[in-house]
Amino acid sequence: MNSKGFRKRMIKDRLATVAAVACVIAALVPLVSILVDVLIKGLPQFSFEFLTGTIPPPGSDEVGGIGPAIVGTLAAIGIGSLIGIPIGIVSGIFVSEYGDNLFGRTVRFVMDVLAGFPSIIIGIFAYLVLVVSLGGPNAFAGGLALSIIMLPVVARTTEEALKLVPTSLREASLSLGVSRSATIRTVVLSNGKPGIITGIMLSIARITGESAPLLLTVGWTAFYPTTLSQPMASMPVLIYQFAISPFDNWHDLAWGASAFLILLVLGLNITVRIIAHGGRHLFKRRR
Amino acid sequence: MGESSAKIETRELDAYFGSNKAVKGIDIKVKANHATAIIGPSGCGKSTFIRCLNRMHEVVPGTRVTGEVLLEGEDIYSRGTNPVDVRRRVGMIFQKPNPFPNASIFDNVAYGLRMNGIRDKAFIQEQVERSLKQAALWDEVKDNLDASGVSISGGQQQRLCIARAMAIEPEVLLMDEPCSALDPIATSKIEDLIFDLKNDYTVIIVTHNMQQAARVADWTAFMYLGELIEFNKTKRLFENPEEELTERYITGRFG
Ligand SMILES: Nc1ncnc2c1ncn2[C@@H]1O[C@H](COP(=O)(O)OP(=O)(O)O)[C@@H](O)[C@H]1O
Ligand SMILES: [Mg+2]
Repeated sequence: MNSKGFRKRMIKDRLATVAAVACVIAALVPLVSILVDVLIKGLPQFSFEFLTGTIPPPGSDEVGGIGPAIVGTLAAIGIGSLIGIPIGIVSGIFVSEYGDNLFGRTVRFVMDVLAGFPSIIIGIFAYLVLVVSLGGPNAFAGGLALSIIMLPVVARTTEEALKLVPTSLREASLSLGVSRSATIRTVVLSNGKPGIITGIMLSIARITGESAPLLLTVGWTAFYPTTLSQPMASMPVLIYQFAISPFDNWHDLAWGASAFLILLVLGLNITVRIIAHGGRHLFKRRR
Repeated sequence: MGESSAKIETRELDAYFGSNKAVKGIDIKVKANHATAIIGPSGCGKSTFIRCLNRMHEVVPGTRVTGEVLLEGEDIYSRGTNPVDVRRRVGMIFQKPNPFPNASIFDNVAYGLRMNGIRDKAFIQEQVERSLKQAALWDEVKDNLDASGVSISGGQQQRLCIARAMAIEPEVLLMDEPCSALDPIATSKIEDLIFDLKNDYTVIIVTHNMQQAARVADWTAFMYLGELIEFNKTKRLFENPEEELTERYITGRFG
């Protein structure tokens, strides 16, 4: 009786394990196949010319490169970070340290809603605010859209990081006759720094792959951008335009750009992991 | 201020967590330059009581204090008194050593000075050395001042916290079971230290260890269920208590 029940449980256990492994494989197959496909077709494009050359005109048999799109993407990420990171950090500090009231709860709610917003809607917002008013697509509009996407990521990770700073350290500082705000500026922020840096890196990784908001906001040119108030090329828009074009050399560039973008996002995510783990090891070693 | 008057005196002191009253109507007069121990079963309100003496109780959300705490005759809860100023005069050592983990030993001790606006490097240097000597830690760390505040042993960390508190020259030192996380050797070092400190400071130490109270304190207070049951010379309290409850506690007959 008893051993029969045990056998039954063993069988159930086996079945559950098999089901779990099957699900993992089902999830990994598309990921790996996309990755392999893109890398096989994209990596052979990589060359100095590919990274720095300008976009070839339609129908020509020039090889060309995606230089302007790389610069454009970096410009949009740069503007987005310049706006999104400081505001995100300040919101995170506020919500964590002074957020135990209606206003604080409201800020947290807005951040949560923003985090779940479709990025195309954020793109439309930036379009209405900066594309329409400046009379055409431009880098600022793209940066604005990306900054709104980063904001909740930075704010939430900052909040989490600060909440993890032990009460005992805050009390140590307060008990030395240091004010609450000075305690936050010194003890709380310096102990939360690794977490905040992780949040910044994650948010940059997040916007590096964003395509919808850029499609709507930065426009398109084949040349290196000279000012931020004019249309410019970007990686996602390049991939979109070239993938649906009829030209083989453009298809090749789209594959190459896709591989480049994937490696960039992958690299950023791996860096975040290393920083987060490195920080923890450091802490352990010191104890 | 006369010789006989108290360094710290509480009047009808009540402390709450929400609606739970953890400290009930405590009246006590603590003399300057003496060590006073507070004993009592755990949960009787010892920590809460001493946290009222430097306005640390109120940093926990939802808490409240009523009554008076006179520091040299002036109520630290009076309107217009800044808790930051109170805490500069009344320092605190916590149950678990809490040095700043990402600051060096030197910076841990210098923190209070720097945050109080002192920029004079030579003075800070001097004060850090003096405090570490006072905390009987100097000889062990003097060649290692750049090491992290948590790279040393638990007992050393607690003495570092004592040095950190002393660096800003408080008048009163509150200690909340400062040895409960330490081994016997580290404990006896801290006890020796308290014995020396009470010549220049007013020390109030919470302990659940009655031998420790007997060793270091001139006066001892016994608390039970949030109330002050008896406050007496240490020798008197342990040898010939006035209250039946005290007698039962020190002879281990309840618990
Ligand atoms: N952070 C807190 N929140 C709510 N109640 C608390 C908190 N800390 C202590 N208390 C309550 O206050 C009473 C006294 O606690 P405490 O002062 O820590 O006692 P002791 O230091 O003598 O062990 C206890 O009944 C405890 O439940
Ligand atoms: Mg306690």
